[in-house]
Amino acid sequence: MPIKILVAVKRVVDTNVKVRVKPDGSGVDLANVKMSMNPFCEIAVEEALRLREAGKASEVVVVSIGPAQAAETIRTGLAMGADRGVHVKAEGRIEPLAVAKLLKAVIDREAPGLVILGKQAIDDDLNQTGQMLAALLDWPQGTFASKVALGDADVDVTREVDGGLETVRLGLPAVVTTDLRLNEPRYASLPNIMKAKKKPIEEIDAQTLGIDLAPRHTVLKTAEPAARKGGVTLGSPAELVGKLKETGVLA
Amino acid sequence: MTTLLVAEHDGRTLNEATARALAAAAKLGAPVDILVAGEGVGAVAEAAAALAGVARVRVADAPALAHLRAEPLSALLVGLAAAYDAIVAPATSTMKNALPRVAALLDVMQVSEATAILGPDTFERPTYAGNAIETVKTRDPKLVMTIRASAFAPVGAGGAAPVEPVAPPADAGRSAFVSAELSASERPELASARIVVSGGRALGSAENFRALIEPLADALGAAVGASRAAVDAGYAPNDFQVGQTGKVVAPDLYVAVGISGAIQHLAGMKDSKVIVAINKDPEAPIMQVADYALVGDLFELVPALKAAL
Repeated sequence: MPIKILVAVKRVVDTNVKVRVKPDGSGVDLANVKMSMNPFCEIAVEEALRLREAGKASEVVVVSIGPAQAAETIRTGLAMGADRGVHVKAEGRIEPLAVAKLLKAVIDREAPGLVILGKQAIDDDLNQTGQMLAALLDWPQGTFASKVALGDADVDVTREVDGGLETVRLGLPAVVTTDLRLNEPRYASLPNIMKAKKKPIEEIDAQTLGIDLAPRHTVLKTAEPAARKGGVTLGSPAELVGKLKETGVLA
Repeated sequence: MTTLLVAEHDGRTLNEATARALAAAAKLGAPVDILVAGEGVGAVAEAAAALAGVARVRVADAPALAHLRAEPLSALLVGLAAAYDAIVAPATSTMKNALPRVAALLDVMQVSEATAILGPDTFERPTYAGNAIETVKTRDPKLVMTIRASAFAPVGAGGAAPVEPVAPPADAGRSAFVSAELSASERPELASARIVVSGGRALGSAENFRALIEPLADALGAAVGASRAAVDAGYAPNDFQVGQTGKVVAPDLYVAVGISGAIQHLAGMKDSKVIVAINKDPEAPIMQVADYALVGDLFELVPALKAAL
């Protein structure tokens, strides 16, 4: 029987933006910076849509947690083809542990058979939320997925691991997080963008869910990484070998 | 109390990332126990016991732990957590899989990919693909942390820690290992190699990648890496990828061949001691981080460089 799939998406600074650290060390400057759906979340939405198109999923629900603008990210998922959205409204910095708890609250109501998330957000680079969600639900997890084969009672997930690839079999319901090579996300067509405007987005105020959202980590300072000294262009490979021997990196 | 460091290994040999993470774990200021979990890991446990400064090695040996799936490994760690203030592991794919699960079960946030230990509760970690370094202080009662191994020098040998067995947890059985396809390589491991030679899209084909990058790497005794573009184009396997979403390396020498230097790629290699770029475009972003650059056709420069070695 086709199952419901829930996909979590995050609004982040666009992947092509080179962020700047504020001179006072209070964070990175996100004023007037282009924001988009996190690239790994796009891959998650795409995978859910492909499973629905293959007749293995009945419905794809996109969930995002954040301020009013997070609705735009949900709308992007709907324009790609998701059926409906859930927007958990919350202000300020919400850490993965709190996100996982909020997602669990939504999942307890929605009862999906599979949850797909990106493996990490390209802003905080934490790579935690999917694993934490699986822990809180007591579901098995298939992280860093490059292939997802959904069966009736289980899902085979091929994972990108340090030495190559590994496949695990997970009993459903399960949590999967996407790696880069899982798929190539589609672009939303103009008619689909128009249609997405009519699809429903349910709004939930995070405060009503009774979850402590206070960050456990305090960011004391945000700094620029150490800059590298300017380099030199050399005339020939022989000159390069000479320089490398001088600096001692080549014997 | 004590810090528990989870050993990274392949079942037979202890991964060097463990000795690097041990250097970081020691900076927390408490005695460090190492946990070796797996099946038939006696040799790994002996290697862990020989690392300098280890208090105890605890060994959980069971079939359910054979492939270090997140579910049984996290159950094991949660069972041991009461005796420890901190659970620390190198940020390898195995540990990035399991440790956030441990953190959530303990109701704490994880500190991911720490690059500096400033105190028992204060750490530096990179964000935004390494374009910002955050100093974070945690108020959690228990620390769960992964370590960016390339940011720490490994501790040496000379220890003789006692080795003690611990009881493995029961496996809930809702996940199972099916198969693995691991890349066979005689070269040094990418994450800990002293020299890395990486190829990018400009190589044009898998044949060119093999014909140009691999001989140069072998001449240098180097590991082979690749840009995301080269991996996506099928020139090199996934686990060669260097970058924000692949491996983070900091070798003594990094040679980038035909790699433009996208933000994503720089995040994985810009802490290398010496960076060499071989590229036909003098304006490529890689040139801004390269110490030495050769500008020209890589199909001529790479063989000439190999010949000059």
